[in-house]
Amino acid sequence: MVPLSWFLVLGAALFCIGVYGVLSRRNAIGILMGVELILNAVNINLIAFWRYRTPDHLTGLVFAVFVMAIAAAEAAVGLALIIAIYRTRNTVIVEDVDLLKM
Amino acid sequence: MSLPQILFLVVGVITLGAAVAVVTSRNVLHSAFLLALTFFGVAVLYVLLDTPYLAAAQVLVYIGAISVLIIFAIMLSRKVAAPDLVQRNSQWLLSLIVAVLLFGVLAYLTLQTAWPAAKQALGVDAIGGLGEAFVGTYALPFEVVSVVLLVALVGAIIIARER
Repeated sequence: MVPLSWFLVLGAALFCIGVYGVLSRRNAIGILMGVELILNAVNINLIAFWRYRTPDHLTGLVFAVFVMAIAAAEAAVGLALIIAIYRTRNTVIVEDVDLLKM
Repeated sequence: MSLPQILFLVVGVITLGAAVAVVTSRNVLHSAFLLALTFFGVAVLYVLLDTPYLAAAQVLVYIGAISVLIIFAIMLSRKVAAPDLVQRNSQWLLSLIVAVLLFGVLAYLTLQTAWPAAKQALGVDAIGGLGEAFVGTYALPFEVVSVVLLVALVGAIIIARER
């Protein structure tokens, strides 16, 4: 039997790797990959807590499915924005996209 | 050590190793392929948590859709994703410290807490219960999510369209 804390530590590690990716990448697509890692870490935690703590109430499972759907929507919009920016500015490096910076 | 524990350790090491490579690789295309491996590792973890339905959804949605979408986006902006480009920004060291500290705090708190050791028996049929929850208790959020998904996809087409 795998203890619950193993899943939680793995989720925390995946979350922190994602945070590092979001903060340190210059490439907008790399930042988006970090966000996907973070959402996956959250899903692991949700499902682990559901399985070990409240297996009779399906709230955790339902919420994980919602997170998955929102992640798909976020990836679609994010990548469309990146492609639109690439088309107009010819770059995906976030430091070069400073139109709103005075 | 039992078989699920060994499986968890092997899959966990592969998943975390692939995730680290995703955020550190200099070639964005390699990152995208390793991201698919990370998603697959997470799907195996879902199987270990007795949710084969979510594992299948993970493979379909994340590996089948999101990874392929990311690879498409990299191909469409290939010139700037060249491997010789510096991929880290100037604050990467600070980011690393923040991430490691955050993990230290989270892992410390997790290991300090006395969790109930064993899984409880799975009293309900998870897949059937999930289907009933979507049309019963969670009918409204479910419909809202489907509208959000539809709006996001229409918006993505409009944003990315050639003008």
